[in-house]
Amino acid sequence: MLTGLEAIFFYLFAFIAVAAAFMVIAARNPVHSVLYLILTFFNAAGLFLLTGAEFLAMILLVVYVGAVAVLFLFVVMMLDVDFAEMKRGALQYAPIGALVGLILAAEIVVVVGGYAFVPELATAVAQPTPAPDVRHNTAALGDILYTDYIYFFQIAGLVLLVALIGAIVLTLRHKEGVKRQSVPAQVARTPETAIEVVDVETGKGI
Amino acid sequence: MTMDLFFTTYVLPGLIIVGQSLLVIVALLVFIAFILYADRKIWAAVMLRRGPNVVGPWGLLQSFADLLKFVVKEPVIPSGANKGVFLLAPLVTTVLALATFAVVPFDENWVIANINVGILYIFAISSLEVYGVIMAGWASNSKYPFLGALRSAAQMVSYEVSIGFVIVTVLLAVGSLNLTDIVLSQRDGLGTMAGLPNSFLDWHWLGLFPMFVIFFISALAETNRPPFDLVEAESELVAGHMIEYSSTPYLLFMLSEYVAIMLMCALMTILFLGGWLPPFDFAPFTWVPGIVWFMLKICFVFFFFAIVKTIVPRYRYDQLMRLGWKVFLPISLFMVVATAAFLKLTGLVA
Repeated sequence: MLTGLEAIFFYLFAFIAVAAAFMVIAARNPVHSVLYLILTFFNAAGLFLLTGAEFLAMILLVVYVGAVAVLFLFVVMMLDVDFAEMKRGALQYAPIGALVGLILAAEIVVVVGGYAFVPELATAVAQPTPAPDVRHNTAALGDILYTDYIYFFQIAGLVLLVALIGAIVLTLRHKEGVKRQSVPAQVARTPETAIEVVDVETGKGI
Repeated sequence: MTMDLFFTTYVLPGLIIVGQSLLVIVALLVFIAFILYADRKIWAAVMLRRGPNVVGPWGLLQSFADLLKFVVKEPVIPSGANKGVFLLAPLVTTVLALATFAVVPFDENWVIANINVGILYIFAISSLEVYGVIMAGWASNSKYPFLGALRSAAQMVSYEVSIGFVIVTVLLAVGSLNLTDIVLSQRDGLGTMAGLPNSFLDWHWLGLFPMFVIFFISALAETNRPPFDLVEAESELVAGHMIEYSSTPYLLFMLSEYVAIMLMCALMTILFLGGWLPPFDFAPFTWVPGIVWFMLKICFVFFFFAIVKTIVPRYRYDQLMRLGWKVFLPISLFMVVATAAFLKLTGLVA
């Protein structure tokens, strides 16, 4: 049970997170939407902290807020979006949106309701990790990721590597006739190869 | 009775946290005022000038005069600017910069929040500082600030990668993300292994010397200090994201830059220079309190920041990117693997 300052902070973070999430879809300016999204992430990190998952909170900030949302922001800022055009057809997607929302809500009810309908469930998942005073949850996560499931982790890494190489292959072009800088060649230059002393006669060019 | 309970559970802890935070912030800002003065004096000394010497004895109060001048000026907001985001940007930058000091241990147990993931917290919060830059550039609604913001955002994101890897190598050697643990682990090191008493040779700067150098240079780039000050390269590129700012909002940008520099100095002190530990573990050195050693080490690191500013010419933008991605990233990645392999093979860390 949350008590004292923790309770106050829980309601603060939760309220701001929900309000900011609403503003993501309600804001007229897409850049404002992304900024609200960042605020949502930030408050979600705060909630993680309150549950004692400090490593997840920090990784959420580093990965999603520090890197992914920066890319979002770049894309949204660079695109020349016509806001009025975007908003015009928005209402025709309302049924699909409502359907997706409904399915998500039903799933949340099933998951959370499971604890109410099947009380033994709570005891079954009560101690998925060692107690915090035995092992920090950073180390506990490390055990699971890098020891128990190391091969799955490696495969995930390989998938990312393929995506990375794919992105480079798709965008890398060697154009003909473009001057490129070669740093080793520049560094290797000596006065003998770089400087030419010319005797210029008066009134004449080279 | 209920009032008592309310007081002890809500008001008292809250007041203690607020009091500690205020103390750290005020002390930090006063310290920065003199660090700024020192920066200008060192710069002047190298150029054989006098530097600030008018306000107060030896010009010591120059920073306070500058503060007053900034604050009483009129803030100009461009008519085309996105007003809310425009004013939010300097605030976000300053708040985030100051927030990082919540986990910095100034002495043993002298820390506001001694959290398990202290170093990750600092890394996370300082990776958010790029938002102040992007927001300022975008909200100014002008091409020069926007281009400047893109430039410095790319710069900050690039050097975060190598800073991250440097931190990982230190973590490998220590085995904890807690900043206090990182400092305490430097009591014993290479020096004691060689049979010497505890001294400055035990600190990580010796064992991880390449990472120490990479971290120092990356810190210069991350805080937009010369020779990587492409944000304010006023002689070749128009000044960066803060062109449209004036008065107090501009002051906040400048202030948060120095707070970030102080953080980087503190981080170098904690990660590589043994935090509050004395350089020699015998009589006259152990009498000095830890906070003094911590401050002295910060000043020592900052002296190098200032010297680099005066003697190294500015990098070109493509050189900056090349250094970050093609030199530091491979070296630091290799060092992570090498350090991990070394520690595993020698059995120094389980």
